[in-house]
Amino acid sequence: MGAVQLAGKCNLAVLSKLYPIRSHTGTAQGGIGAALGNMEEDHPEWHTFDTVKGGDYLVDQDAAEMMCREAVETVYDLEHMGLPFSRTEEGRIAQRRFGGHTKEFGKAPVRRSCYAADRTGHMILQTLYQQCIKQQVHFFDEFQVVDVLLENGRAVGVVAIQAATGELHLFHAKALLFASGGCGRIYQITSNGHALTGDGMAICLRRGIPLEDMEFFQFHPTGIYKMGILITEGARGEGGILRNRKGERFMQRYSPTLLDLAPRDIISRAMYLEARNGLGIDGKNYFHLDLTHLDRKILEEKLPDVTDFVRTYLGIDPVKEPIPVQPTAHYPMGGIPTDMDGRVLCDEKNTVVPGMYAAGEVACVSVHGANRLGTNSLVDILVFGRRAGRDMLKLVNAADWPPLPPEPDGFARQQIEALRTASGKESAAAIRETLQNDMMDKASVFRDATQLKAMQAKLAELRERYRQVRVRDRGSVFNTELLETLELGYLIDLAETIVVGAVARDESRGAHYREDFPQRDDAQWLKHTLFYQTDKGPRLTYKPVVITKYQPQERKY
Amino acid sequence: MQITLKIKRFDPARDKEAHFESYTVEAEPTDRLLDVLNTVKWHQDGTLAYRRSCGHGICGSDAMLLNGRNRLACRELIKNLGGRITIEPLRGFKVIKDLVVDMDAFFAKYRGIKPYLQSGDPDPDKERRQSILQRERFDDTTKCILCACCTTACPSYWANPDYLGPAAIVQGHRFLFDSRDAAKEERLAILNGGDGVWRCRTIFNCVDACPRDIDVTRAIGEVKKALLTGKV
Repeated sequence: MGAVQLAGKCNLAVLSKLYPIRSHTGTAQGGIGAALGNMEEDHPEWHTFDTVKGGDYLVDQDAAEMMCREAVETVYDLEHMGLPFSRTEEGRIAQRRFGGHTKEFGKAPVRRSCYAADRTGHMILQTLYQQCIKQQVHFFDEFQVVDVLLENGRAVGVVAIQAATGELHLFHAKALLFASGGCGRIYQITSNGHALTGDGMAICLRRGIPLEDMEFFQFHPTGIYKMGILITEGARGEGGILRNRKGERFMQRYSPTLLDLAPRDIISRAMYLEARNGLGIDGKNYFHLDLTHLDRKILEEKLPDVTDFVRTYLGIDPVKEPIPVQPTAHYPMGGIPTDMDGRVLCDEKNTVVPGMYAAGEVACVSVHGANRLGTNSLVDILVFGRRAGRDMLKLVNAADWPPLPPEPDGFARQQIEALRTASGKESAAAIRETLQNDMMDKASVFRDATQLKAMQAKLAELRERYRQVRVRDRGSVFNTELLETLELGYLIDLAETIVVGAVARDESRGAHYREDFPQRDDAQWLKHTLFYQTDKGPRLTYKPVVITKYQPQERKY
Repeated sequence: MQITLKIKRFDPARDKEAHFESYTVEAEPTDRLLDVLNTVKWHQDGTLAYRRSCGHGICGSDAMLLNGRNRLACRELIKNLGGRITIEPLRGFKVIKDLVVDMDAFFAKYRGIKPYLQSGDPDPDKERRQSILQRERFDDTTKCILCACCTTACPSYWANPDYLGPAAIVQGHRFLFDSRDAAKEERLAILNGGDGVWRCRTIFNCVDACPRDIDVTRAIGEVKKALLTGKV
């Protein structure tokens, strides 16, 4: 979305470690939240309130207001670009219910999610790529960014490795935008693709940029059991019900008003509690998503892809049988701190790093606070991608070329060469498997100080093992073993940001639930975490939350 | 269960020609082939190269030839492939390394059909209206993920690499039959070219190959019909 604003107006390059059309936006299913009011009365103010409450009041409310207001014109913008939304009888954009989206400040679910069957992300990705083709944007496909260059406090370029040749390339820029997505591969069970290793976050972190609120990691309640593949919340928006071993609709006990459409943190936590009480299916850590009472037409027309996934991967027909699901690592609420124009902020005083931008899952504005609402990730990428693109254009037109640092590719070259010749005895796969399993056990939905500290110690051990890693492939062309090993280093760094932030935060808020501190503590903890990586280890500072209209209240649904 | 993978390998730095290598792996019947390739890469031979990302058939990265058919590695379960699986790169593209092929020509054809809405009138304040039926008209071809399974399964494409190929035609269909698009004549002219839809000999390989269950041959047929009748 950022590139679409800049195309044809400046010298623009888009670097992507995959072919751009392979990006993970394409897997988003259920829809984009925007108060169009096509199906029933709705207002951006209601959407803002839901976003703030959904984020357990850790949301910066000025940014949430802006996002929910601009969501409406952004959705129309996409429609004008050609996005094939599903339609109402009147030919308007169709909307469906989604978790945590309500009318009149929490009274009942509202139809707000604008969708294209259950392939909304696929259509967004295609539509934006098509616009880039129309405007002849220059893409560098399969160029993986491995370093960002800062000189005199200003961002001046990136270094990228070209997968096809193994060569390093230097990109000198007046402004650059990270839109590189999340880091779900830290966890064993995840909805995230293999490519989602948090590259953008880790690269910035290593260059002294802090990461904000990383202890808040969302687990989506309905991943396919053992595989983590996402079954959209839209399935519950269309009437699906979660059931335990006894067939009970257990969400009645946890969220009497919104039931199965409660926000994701609340449902995932309820599932862990039910499992602990022996109420998981077969006494295990999974549940049934029951769609069998829905009309076959709803499944095949409104949820065709998830119906197909269940048939393909589980060999069962969701029309007739319930789907086994478990919470799956889905989305970091945290990321690179930015303001409302996507400009990267490097400290608790909100000092801007000139020329450096971030938007979407890699960034933290913060509009998601301690728990993101479904559909708001797409709203985030579109609204803030657009705003960042527009701000970059102003900067690019006004700024001179900044000088590059001496030996600009030195740091990247040193890292890559070290890996290309790494001849230790440790296997990257074994380190990664331990990391993912242990993060799942010790730092996922339920946390406590003992487990988190054990994880911290484990991370130190994994970091030591990583120093002894071996890479067998010595080649240059598509050396994906080298790239995967590089990415493993990112995952370890980012796991540390989650664990250290979580150990420090002695409270429970949104997706961060501490069994030893089960209450939210606004007096101490109504503030954003900033994590810095330093020579002496992690350093945490904090900054205040922006509160405009909505004072924190008890969060019940 | 124990399975054997026979994988076609090619490293441009070492090999003059591609050759097969075999790997024996422990796998569950419900594993995806992609899981098994990962097992090989992570525990037996790190030099093996293939593309992958989402792991559930949406991103389109891991198209390859499995037991002679174009498939996505992440959509095929071991129990359906059997205990001996032959894996080769897609046909018709230059191999960069192992299962990784050069897709530049494929995407150039995609760009060639002008894959973007051309509405012809100024944008309204809100959405353009489109009825449920009008939307339904091109639903099937919106599902395309540009994985290239169809194009590289097509004998007409093997015979003539200049042929647009099924994937580009599917994308052309997606806009041609969108009621909001005003560039019908331009689109029909592109699809009517010497390397356009008439190269299709209705062999149906594309339908078998499509991991999204798009009725590709039907879509091509609809474009042909539109060209013959002048009606969309």
